[in-house]
Amino acid sequence: MEFLNYAFMQRALLAAVLVGVTAPAIGVYLVQRRQALMGDGIGHVAMTGVGLGFLLSWSPVWMATLVSVLGAVLMELIRWYGRTRGDIALAMLFYGGMAGGVMLINLAPGGTNANLMSFLFGSLSTVSQEDITAICVLAAFVIVMTLALRRQLFAVSQDEEFARVTGLPVRALNLLTAVTAAVTVTVAMRVVGLLLVSALMVVPVAAAQQLTRSFAATFAIAVAIGVTVTIGGTVTSYYRDVPPGATIVLLAIAAFMLLTALATPLARRRAKAAVTASGDPAECVIPVAGEAAGAGVARDTVPASRGSAEGSAG
Amino acid sequence: MTEPVISLRAVRAELGSRTVLRGIDLTVNRGEVVALLGANGSGKSTAVRTVIGQVPVTDGEIELFGTPRRRFRDWRRLGYVPQRTTAAGGVPATVTEVVASGRLSRARLGILRKADHEAIRRAIDLVGLADRAKDSVNALSGGQHQRVLIARALASEPELLIMDEPMAGVDLASQEVLARTLRGEVARGTTVLLVLHELGPLEPLIDRAVVLRDGCVLHDGPPPKAVGQHALPGHDHVHPHAAPGTEPVRTGLLS
Repeated sequence: MEFLNYAFMQRALLAAVLVGVTAPAIGVYLVQRRQALMGDGIGHVAMTGVGLGFLLSWSPVWMATLVSVLGAVLMELIRWYGRTRGDIALAMLFYGGMAGGVMLINLAPGGTNANLMSFLFGSLSTVSQEDITAICVLAAFVIVMTLALRRQLFAVSQDEEFARVTGLPVRALNLLTAVTAAVTVTVAMRVVGLLLVSALMVVPVAAAQQLTRSFAATFAIAVAIGVTVTIGGTVTSYYRDVPPGATIVLLAIAAFMLLTALATPLARRRAKAAVTASGDPAECVIPVAGEAAGAGVARDTVPASRGSAEGSAG
Repeated sequence: MTEPVISLRAVRAELGSRTVLRGIDLTVNRGEVVALLGANGSGKSTAVRTVIGQVPVTDGEIELFGTPRRRFRDWRRLGYVPQRTTAAGGVPATVTEVVASGRLSRARLGILRKADHEAIRRAIDLVGLADRAKDSVNALSGGQHQRVLIARALASEPELLIMDEPMAGVDLASQEVLARTLRGEVARGTTVLLVLHELGPLEPLIDRAVVLRDGCVLHDGPPPKAVGQHALPGHDHVHPHAAPGTEPVRTGLLS
C-alpha cells in the first residue's frame, strides 16, 4: 500500500473513486431512456472545449464543462424539435465537436496533438490539485442530482409521455439529465479520457442488470462495480506500467462477462423458485374443459384471439 | 351531477400536415364511462392525446374539470394509461417502482410518505399483482404489463381515468382483472374515458359510446351492440347495429 504515500497517487485515487460513483449514477438513467451512447457524443463535443481551453489559456476542465453542457443542451433541443433527421444533426454535432477540438489545439500557442492525447485517453498521474478541486465540485453536483431527483428522473426516463401527464417538469428534467451527463463527462475526462467516458457510464449498468430485478439495486450495484473497477484499474496501473483508462474499461468489461456468466444459473434458480411458489406443474398439462377458466400463468400466454375462440366453444 | 369533467368543443388537430381531427365535440360528465370507438386512423387516440395536452390543438376549446386545458395544473385528479405494449424501460425495474411513478403527482418534491406507499400497494393490489410487486416488469406477460400501467394510473387515486386501448394485446385472464378493477373504480364514482377497438368484456360498464370516423363524430349515444367476432384482430370496422334476435358472440368471460 506504499502508493498511498504519494500525493499524485492520492489525487489519482480520489479522482478515480469519484468517476466510479458518478459515471454509473447518471449512466443508469441514460441506459433506461435508451440513450446509452449519449455520453460518447458529449465526449466528442467536449474536445472542442479542451481545445478552446488551450487556445485561451483557461483551465481545460472548466472550459470542457462549459462546452459540453452547451453541447448537451443543444442535443436535447435537437431531440425535441428534430423530426426524422435528428440523427444527422447529432452526427454533425459530434464530429464537428471532435474536429473543432483538434483544430483549436493546433492553433493554440505551443499546443500539439500530444496535449490532446491526455484528454482523449486520460492521464490520471498528471491530475493536478486544481483539477481535483474541479472534479470534486462537479462530482458533488452529479451525486446530489442523481440521488435527490431519483424518482423524477426514473419516471421521466421510464415513460416521458406519462411523466408529462403527472405534471412533472419534463423539459427541465431532460435538460438536467443532459447537463448532468455533460458534467460527468468532464469529471471522467482526466481519468479514462473522453473516448472511453461512455464505457464507464454504460458497462457497469449493463453488468449490474445481469443480476438485478429492481432499479434501485441496479443503481447501487452499478456504482459498486464502477468504484471497484476504477480503484482496481488505478492500482494496477501503478504496479504495472499500463494506461489506467484502458485498464479500467477492460476491467469493467471483464466484470460484465463474469456477471453474465453467473446470471444464467441464477435466473434458472429464480424461475424454478417462481414455479414452485405458484404451484404450477413444471410440464405442460392440458387443462380439463371445465377448468379452463382457472386463470394461471399458463393461461396468460394464450393470445387473446385464440382465447376468445375457446371461450365461445366452451 | 352533470358537471362536465372533460369538454371538447369544435376541436381540430393536425399531426404533421395531416388533419386528424376536423371539429370534434365531446363531453364527459362526472361519473360517466365513455368509450371512444372507431377504425384505425379515425382520430380516437389523437382526440385523447389533445385532452392531456400531448397533441397541440389548432382550433377549438378543451376544458378539464371546468378549467381551460392550458391553465390546468391539477394533474393529480387525472390518471392516464398510455397506449403501450410494455411497461419496461432500458433498466430492470420492479412493479412497485413503476407504479410509484404514478404517485409523483401527489408527492411534493418526489418524496413518498407512508400514505403514498400504501396507495401504491393498494393500486397494485387492485390489478391483482400483489404477489408480483417485487418482480421485474421484464418477467411479466403482455397482459400483466397492461395491468402495471393501469395500477400506475390508479396510484394517484384519480377522479378521472383516461385510457388509450387498455385491452390491446391483453389475454383473457388480464382482461377479466381489468374489467373488475374498472368496475370497482366506476362504483367509487370515477369518471372514465377509454379508447377501445372493441367493447369486449367492458361492454356492461359503458354508459355512452362515441364513434369517430375520419376525424368526425359519427355516433354519440348508447354503446353499439354486436361486437364479438367482428372485433377479433383483423376486423377494423365497427358495427353499430345488431341483427334482431341474434345473440352476439361474446369475447369476454364476464359478458
